[in-house]
Amino acid sequence: MASDADQPILVASGIYKRFNALVVLDGIDFAMRPGEAIGVVGPNGAGKTTFLSVLVGAHRPTSGKVRFRGDDVTRLPAAERCRLGLARTHQVPRPFTGMTVFENTFVAASNGGRFPRTEAYDRCIDALSLCGMLGIANRRAETLGLLDRKRLELARALATNPVVLLLDEIGGGLTDKEAGELVDTIRELRRRGIAVVWIEHIVHILLQVAERLICMDAGRVIADGSPEAVMSDRAVIDAYFGEGTP
Amino acid sequence: MSGWNPLAPLPAVERWTPLAKVSAAAGVALLVLLALGPLILNANLLDKLTTLFIYVILALMWNALAGYGGLVSIGQQAFFGLGAYGAIRLADAGVNVYLSLVASALLVGLVAQPVSAFMLRLKAGEFAIGMWVLAELAHLLVNLDKLVQGETGTSLIALTAYQADSRRATIYWLALAAMAVLSGIVFALLRSRTGAAIQAIRDDEEAAAAVGVRVLGTKRIIFILAATGTAMAGALWLATAISFQPKTYFGVQWTAYMIFMVLVGGLGTFEGPLLGAVIFFTIEAWFGGSGVWYLVGLGGTALAFSLLLPRGIWGAVERRLSLRLLPVGYHLKVPLGIPESNMTEGASGQAPSAVAEIPPVER
Ligand SMILES: Nc1ncnc2c1ncn2[C@@H]1O[C@H](COP(=O)(O)OP(=O)(O)O)[C@@H](O)[C@H]1O
Ligand SMILES: [Mg+2]
Repeated sequence: MASDADQPILVASGIYKRFNALVVLDGIDFAMRPGEAIGVVGPNGAGKTTFLSVLVGAHRPTSGKVRFRGDDVTRLPAAERCRLGLARTHQVPRPFTGMTVFENTFVAASNGGRFPRTEAYDRCIDALSLCGMLGIANRRAETLGLLDRKRLELARALATNPVVLLLDEIGGGLTDKEAGELVDTIRELRRRGIAVVWIEHIVHILLQVAERLICMDAGRVIADGSPEAVMSDRAVIDAYFGEGTP
Repeated sequence: MSGWNPLAPLPAVERWTPLAKVSAAAGVALLVLLALGPLILNANLLDKLTTLFIYVILALMWNALAGYGGLVSIGQQAFFGLGAYGAIRLADAGVNVYLSLVASALLVGLVAQPVSAFMLRLKAGEFAIGMWVLAELAHLLVNLDKLVQGETGTSLIALTAYQADSRRATIYWLALAAMAVLSGIVFALLRSRTGAAIQAIRDDEEAAAAVGVRVLGTKRIIFILAATGTAMAGALWLATAISFQPKTYFGVQWTAYMIFMVLVGGLGTFEGPLLGAVIFFTIEAWFGGSGVWYLVGLGGTALAFSLLLPRGIWGAVERRLSLRLLPVGYHLKVPLGIPESNMTEGASGQAPSAVAEIPPVER
């Protein structure tokens, strides 16, 4: 399955998404190389989360195509895409509340990761240890606070053994120290060869990991390139700070 | 970074605790003892125990469906009634009457397959109501069968060919065996990887799909199992009652009993519904004759439980005493000295354990 490193691993072309009359994604083209780390920024309501949902198959695009690892996956259900190695975290965490932290990751490892039982155990222990959750592995997820729920999102996604990991605002509300730890964790994932798309408002955290930055506004990609170029782009500054900002 | 002793034992997953082994052994011993029933107990007691076994099956099945699968149905009487009806039909066609009880349950399971394809597309409230509509529909269709003679009903005449004592003992053994086998299946299923997926779907269907769970196929397993088990209970009930009047079997009170047993015993716990069935059995023995007020009392009690003790008696016991007799979950035994929460574990380059070095698997 050795794919050519120059071949994009995840491609979205001409993505439109409407919710009734509301156009949320307005023609997005996107391509990502294996192992790449892409940061995504953009004001609230820009369509970042919706785009991520279209990539993983939680939403069908109104039109457009998604390709993953060379195959057209536009019609493939989310569960199957996950089994191919495409995992996401949720901006608003969605833990399996009636199950323990460990069991949450076990479901991910044994389904998305398709691991047999004992391998799944090892995967879960690894993912929980990476996210600093081993000490609370036996807590029922409903008892977790927001921070731990976000960690669980990450641990669960990791347990599926992803090739591409899509992170949706997992850094919000962290202290500087916690944010630093999160950056370390994500760097470790990159060392393991996992490609990362990371939506985050806290740009200075993002810049510690992202080698490429995308800015979305009103359902479009308004800038895409090196972090320096994107952050100094006129359209990006306008989108963030309002037009006319020097 | 945070003083993890590399020589400390790795975390290990524990599933069978010593207590669990003891309680499983005790459960098996109890079953063996119960199997001796017809040799020692009088007719009245045998009949009572048979009824209890049927209640246990009903509670077990509704809990598997709703407590673990999140599929709250108020129409399980559809399968209860069909199980009884199927037995009538099969026996009428000349199948051995005892065999027809089991065969009917399996047939209903088969029918549940296409039914699930439609029902499982319905969301929570729609599913509950949809199942009730299905039960009404099944009731109407069965009434159309000439053999049944409408609400006049019919009976499992073939049973009367057997002498009363041997009949009583056989039905008792059948009910006991059905209860044992179905408990075993539910226990094994819940402990399997599918069991974990089922619970994930219950808690959040979309999130379950996001981590690779095949939602529809997984739900279908639990739906068909519950249908089959409930049909077995219906067929057994017919065997004890002999007469079949559609209204009695397709009545919504059956589902009300199931809900009562599960809510009082402990929704979403394995042991709870067993306890709930015993409680319901006892209450019924005392108040069963009090007509409408009996049903009102049951409803009120179930409601009170769902509000005050949402995980029932067993859920409360479990939590207070951290007691798990027959665990279906996973317990991670973590060596001491692991910090409660620290994002950098393993990320600092000094891998805390060998497991952090697992290479990515080629898919
Ligand atoms: N399921 C939905 N139904 C209707 N509108 C939606 C839905 N999901 C998102 N939207 C709308 O789409 C727009 C983009 O939302 P979102 O993708 O969450 O943006 P972002 O993540 O960039 O903040 C918002 O106006 C939001 O209200
Ligand atoms: Mg968002």
